[in-house]
Amino acid sequence: MSLRTVLDKMEPHFHKGGKYENWYALYEAVDTIFYTPGHVTKTAAHVRDGVDLKRIMILVWLCTFPAIFFGMYNVGLQANTAMAELGLAESTGWRGALAASLTGFNPDSIWDNIIHGAVYWLPIYITTFVVGGFWEVLFAMKRGHEVNEGFFVTSVLFSLILPPTIPLWQVALGISFGVVIGKEVFGGTGKNFLNPALTGRAFLFFAYPAQMSGDAIWTAVDGFSGATPLGLAAMGGVEAILNANVTWFDAFIGTIQGSVGETSTLAILIGGAVILFARIAAWRIVAGVFLGMVAMSTLFNLIGSETNPMFNMPFYWHLVLGGFAFGMIFMATDPVSASMTNTGKWVFGALIGVMVVLIRVANPAFPEGMMLAILFANLFAPLIDNFVVQANIKRRMKRNVG
Amino acid sequence: MEQLISLAVKAIFVENMALAFFLGMCTFLAISKKVQTAIGLGIAVIVVLVITVPVNNLIFNYLLREGALAWAGYPEVDLSFLGYISYIGVIAAIVQILEMFLDKFVPSLYNALGVFLPLITVNCAIMGAALFMVERDYSFGESVVYGAGAGIGWALAIAALAGIREKLKYSDVPHGLRGLGITFITVGLMSLGFMSFSGVQL
Repeated sequence: MSLRTVLDKMEPHFHKGGKYENWYALYEAVDTIFYTPGHVTKTAAHVRDGVDLKRIMILVWLCTFPAIFFGMYNVGLQANTAMAELGLAESTGWRGALAASLTGFNPDSIWDNIIHGAVYWLPIYITTFVVGGFWEVLFAMKRGHEVNEGFFVTSVLFSLILPPTIPLWQVALGISFGVVIGKEVFGGTGKNFLNPALTGRAFLFFAYPAQMSGDAIWTAVDGFSGATPLGLAAMGGVEAILNANVTWFDAFIGTIQGSVGETSTLAILIGGAVILFARIAAWRIVAGVFLGMVAMSTLFNLIGSETNPMFNMPFYWHLVLGGFAFGMIFMATDPVSASMTNTGKWVFGALIGVMVVLIRVANPAFPEGMMLAILFANLFAPLIDNFVVQANIKRRMKRNVG
Repeated sequence: MEQLISLAVKAIFVENMALAFFLGMCTFLAISKKVQTAIGLGIAVIVVLVITVPVNNLIFNYLLREGALAWAGYPEVDLSFLGYISYIGVIAAIVQILEMFLDKFVPSLYNALGVFLPLITVNCAIMGAALFMVERDYSFGESVVYGAGAGIGWALAIAALAGIREKLKYSDVPHGLRGLGITFITVGLMSLGFMSFSGVQL
């Protein structure tokens, strides 16, 4: 008996009048994960493409895997190194006990590091998935739309931009806010105007600053405090990072303090290359973000400042530190909340690039600006599109008249 | 000069009238369904602010504040209790002039703005700017820059909100939240995005 026949046999129970009609959304979600949906567009004009939204979202989800695995390795590496430094043999808490039962805490062993990282990241991801999925299915059932694979992407991106030591109830609260207020009140995927993952993250950032920023949260060891390179740079510029024995190459590979999935520029670029090549992520946005960042940081380099060391940070450091690469590849290119027109994508990207450097350099309250820069640009994306469209209409009118 | 630039940036972004102080909400929520109209209203607010804040600044400094009437020979007179009524009078007069001007020269915008044009008179953002100017003791030059900055910030916010609301026409909002409800949520989320400027020291 094939899976198709099992699903077909179950299907009538989920239709109207069936035993489980309320659960249709869930059935539909499982069915379309395995098989391409049979629905086709019935009205006249539409673009044909072999790829549908579900496949796109699954591909983006797969493309985060390099960042996930490197992130877990790095969380473990940071924790195990810190334990070796402090001379601890045992990690505390249930997560430490779980890791101890599976493996040791040797910072030189890749396996030990990955397992130690996994006991921190996996609970975060599972919480995100279960709580966010609950809201998603609840809204789908009550409002009669489908459970969308967009949530796969939202959930994994959300779990990757959190610090490893975040309490799980905050994870649940954050994803609830992101999914419900950031997306579902507007009607679900494709109808929101802010990136739901970043909305949840921003909510947590402002609601619980103690667990979302500072020096003590980036390493999964009690009592160990390690600042992120961006935090160091805010105090003493690039020299402070180098003094902490972090080279540019370390930051590029990703063996630095930071949120779970965003430290490794290399791993992110590997996944990013795939979605860019598959033309899922708009290259114009990525190029816009990069050029905006380069232009703004060069401008700050030229102005210079004696009191603020961030002014002198060159663009190649901005690229590898903090959430810049992750935001550029995975967050800014969210097709729903970004600009839709081609010119608009350049402007939208450049706005993010400029804003992120601006926040990092000029705003002492936040050492990291990627999240807020993208949210800020999301606000203006529809307006940018509007101007592009209006300009286009004007140009064509002129062409026809003249 | 540098001080004026930082004052302008502060007025536009850091202390955005609509999204940081939540002033001028009534018109902000009501006239933001269409980008074109919103930009028109935004420009009207900028014009009114650029005129009223400096005018109120002159009135405050040369007529109302304690000792301001020294030039007339009454150094001990303090008329600052007349502040509110003078500012609102100035604002009302200037809005009236603006309304007549628009009626005559830009009738399309005049019709689009409708009753909300006279309501600029009681727009809290305009009164708020005048009161902030008094409280922070701006000089005449500063009050021009502050008026322009506050107006531009408000116009930027309403234009962005209108863009978002035009996009949200295609959304599928639950029944109970349609209209004003979802707009309130939208504005809340927008001000979350504007939090990126909070804490900027200029």
